[in-house]
Amino acid sequence: MKTLEDLKRIREEALKAMKVREGEQGTKITVAMGTCGIAAGARETMSALLDELNKRGITDVTVTQTGCKGLCEQEPMIEVTRAGEAAVTYGHVDAERARRIVAEHIVNGNLVGEYIVSK
Amino acid sequence: MSEVAQEKQDLPAIERCHVLICAGAACVASGAMEVEAAMKSKISALNLEAEVSLFDTGCVGTCDLGPVVIVYPEGTFYVKLKPADAEEIVTEHLLKGRVVQRLLSKDADHVEVPSIFEHPFFAKQKRIALRNLGVINPESIDEYIAVGGYASLGKVLEMTQDEVIKLVLDSGLRGRGGAGFPTGRKWAFAKAVEADQKYVIINGDEGDPGAFMDRSVLEGDPHSVIEGLAIAGYAIGATQGYAYVRAEYPLAIKRLQIAIDQAREYGLLGKGIFGKFDFDLEIRKGAGAFVCGEETALMRSIEGMRGQPRPKPPFPAVSGLWGKPTIINNVETLANVPAIIQNGPFWYSSFGTETSKGTKVFALAGNINNTGLIEVPFGTTLREVVFEIGGGIPNGKEFKAVQAGGPSGGCIPASLLDIPLDYESLQKAGAIVGSGGLIVMDSDTCMVDVARFFLEFTVDESCGQCTPCREGTKRMLEILTKITKGRGTLEDITKLETLAKAITQTSLCQLGITAPNPVLSTLRYFRDEYLAHVVDKTCPAKVCRELITFDILPDKCTGCTICARNCPTHAISGERKQAHVIDQSACIKCGECLVRCKFDAVVKV
Ligand SMILES: Cc1cc2nc3c(=O)[nH]c(=O)nc-3n(C[C@H](O)[C@H](O)[C@H](O)COP(=O)(O)O)c2cc1C
Ligand code: SF4
Ligand code: SF4
Ligand code: SF4
Ligand code: FES
Ligand code: FES
Repeated sequence: MKTLEDLKRIREEALKAMKVREGEQGTKITVAMGTCGIAAGARETMSALLDELNKRGITDVTVTQTGCKGLCEQEPMIEVTRAGEAAVTYGHVDAERARRIVAEHIVNGNLVGEYIVSK
Repeated sequence: MSEVAQEKQDLPAIERCHVLICAGAACVASGAMEVEAAMKSKISALNLEAEVSLFDTGCVGTCDLGPVVIVYPEGTFYVKLKPADAEEIVTEHLLKGRVVQRLLSKDADHVEVPSIFEHPFFAKQKRIALRNLGVINPESIDEYIAVGGYASLGKVLEMTQDEVIKLVLDSGLRGRGGAGFPTGRKWAFAKAVEADQKYVIINGDEGDPGAFMDRSVLEGDPHSVIEGLAIAGYAIGATQGYAYVRAEYPLAIKRLQIAIDQAREYGLLGKGIFGKFDFDLEIRKGAGAFVCGEETALMRSIEGMRGQPRPKPPFPAVSGLWGKPTIINNVETLANVPAIIQNGPFWYSSFGTETSKGTKVFALAGNINNTGLIEVPFGTTLREVVFEIGGGIPNGKEFKAVQAGGPSGGCIPASLLDIPLDYESLQKAGAIVGSGGLIVMDSDTCMVDVARFFLEFTVDESCGQCTPCREGTKRMLEILTKITKGRGTLEDITKLETLAKAITQTSLCQLGITAPNPVLSTLRYFRDEYLAHVVDKTCPAKVCRELITFDILPDKCTGCTICARNCPTHAISGERKQAHVIDQSACIKCGECLVRCKFDAVVKV
C-alpha cells in the first residue's frame, strides 16, 4: 500500500459487493417465487436481473423475492418500486424482458408499458 | 496503480443476498459450522451460489441464542439453528422469499422480531469497539477496508506524532484493561522518552472469569486491533509490536494471524506503509496464568521469563520490554482507536459521562435472560443493562446483585440498580468497571458463597511472591469457608476486615491489592447474610450445604418412592403409599430428592 488513493480504490470496489448488508436500498425489485413462479421460470428471471445489474455495475438496487402473489397465470412476475414511487408489477417476465426492464425502468426511469400487469 | 489495486479488478459480483453466520467461539461451540455446512450444500444444490453468498462474521452478542444467522438485505435474524433449520431457511427464505417465522428471535413478550434492526437487544447499544462484529467477515481485509478500515492509519501518517496523541487525549479514551488510565497520556509518556527502539503491545490475555470481549473482538474484527496498534506505534515511535493472546483462544489467534498476513500482503504492515512508516507485529501466546495479564508480568513472559509482576516505577513507558519504552494497551482500547481517528475526538467524547467518555463493552452472564456481549455508552444505568438489554431475570426470580469487574471488583445490590455505569460511580459503590464482566445474581445466590468463589480464584492465581497476597488471601478463604460451614464467629468477620486492609496495603500488584474487594463489598451490602451464617447458623439463600436440611412434608408425600429410589445414600425410607422420611445423619444434601419429587413434598429449610 503506497498511497491513500490505492486504499480508496480497494475500498470502493469492496463496498459495492457489500452494499446488500446496509439494508434495503433506493429501488427494490421483488421477484415472485411461489411454486408456480419457479415452475414458470422465475429462477431464470432472477439470474438475468442480477446479471444485468452486475454488468451495469448498479449497486443501489435491492433484489428480493416473495412468495405466491395469487396471479399464477401471469408468472414469472416482478415488482419494481423506485424510491417515492408506486410499485409497478410486470408479468410474464422471462430473462429477456428482465434485462429490458433493468435498462428501461431502472436505468432510464421509463415504465415498460406492454409488460405491466394491472391488478 | 499499485499491484494490489490491480489484482482487485476481479472482485466478487454484486449479489442479491448475503447470509452472515456468527463464527464466534460460543456459536461455533453450539454448532455454527455444521449449520454453515448444511446451508452451503443446500445453496449449491439449488444453484443459488451466484446470487447468494454466505460469510462468517464475529460475535453478534447474543451468544446464548447461537448458532445465529443474519440474512441481508432484510436483516432477518435467525437464532438457535440446527442444520435442518438451515436447509429450511435456504429453501424457504433464500429461494422462495418466505421468512421462516418459527426460527426468528423473540422479544421478552415472545413476539417474533422481524429484523436485527428492530431487535430490543441492540436498540440501546452503541457499538464502537464492536462496530464490525456481525457486519463484516473477519477473515477478509477487503471488507474491513470497505467499512473504512486502514483509512485512519493513512490519515494518522499525515499528522505529527504529537497531533495524534492530542487527538486521542481529546477523545477522553481510557484504558479498557481495568485501570482506566487515559490512553493519550500513556502514549505521551512513551513518546517523550528518547530511545533507539520502542515497543507496543496488545494485551489479549483476558483472564477474568466471565469476560470474553477481547476474545470476541480479536475473533470478529482483528484488523481494527492491528490498525489501533499501528497507530499507537506511530504515535510513540515504535516499529515493532507484539500481540499477547492467551493460548486458550485458538480461534482468536488464528484470525489474528490471518489478518496480520493479509495486512502484510497489502503493505499495511511491514516496511513503507503508505510510503511513510515501518511497523510489524508478531503474536506471542500467553501461558495461561491470570497474573500474566498484568503488564509487567506480561512483558517478562514475552522476554521468556516466568510471568511475575515487578514493582513500578519504572513504568513500562520508560523501561518496558527488554528495557525499552513500551506501551501496553488492551484489545478493546485499541479497537476504539481507528473509530476515534475516523470520526474525530469530539464525536467520541459526545458519548458517555463527564469523566468516562465513550462506550464500554460488557459481558452479561449469570442469572439473566439475554447473556452475551453488549456495548453501551458510559453512564447507562445498571437497570437499563439488566432489564432492558438483558431482558431481566429468568424464571420470575428477583434480582439480588451484580458482581462487576470480576475478582478485583465488587457487588452492586438491588438498591443501587439506578447507578450509572462509569469508572467513578462504580468505584464509589465498591466495585470497578474492570474489564467489563457483569455477573447477574438472583435471590437464590448466597453472597458469602460468591465472595468465597472469587477469593478461591485469587488464591489459585496469586503468583506467590508477596506474603500478604499469598498467605493473607489463603487465610481469608479459610475463614469464609468456615463461615459457609456454620462454624464462623463474629470475631472472624472482624478478622476478615483486618486481613483485607493488610493485603491491600502491602501487596505488590493489583491482583493482591484488589483481591479482598469481593469480600469487602459483600460485607458492605450483605452483612446481614454473614451474620445469619455466623449467629443463626443459617444460609438465607439456602445454598450452603452445611446450613440447610431437606425434609419431607408428610401431608404432601404420596409415598410414590421416587425420591427413595434416587437418593444416592439411601437416606430416605418409607412404605409405598406412605409418607417417607429422610434420615438426616445419612443425607449428604445433594438435592436430588427435591428435584425428583413431583408433589412438592420435599422442602429445603
Ligand atoms: C492481575 C492482573 C491481570 C490483568 N489482566 C489483564 C488482561 O487480561 N487484559 C488487559 O488488557 N489488562 C489486564 N490487566 C491490566 C494491565 O496491567 C494493563 O493495565 C492494561 O493492559 C493496560 O491497557 P489499557 O490502558 O488499554 O487498559 C491486568 C492487571 C492485573 C493486575
Ligand atoms: S500481589 Fe500477589 S499476584 Fe501480585 S505480585 Fe504479589 S503475590 Fe504476585
Ligand atoms: S418423591 Fe415426593 S411424594 Fe414421592 S415419596 Fe418422595 S417425597 Fe413422597
Ligand atoms: S438431599 Fe440427597 S442425600 Fe439427602 S435425602 Fe435428598 S437425595 Fe438423599
Ligand atoms: S404460486 Fe405463483 S401466483 Fe400463486
Ligand atoms: S458467539 Fe455468536 S453471538 Fe456471540
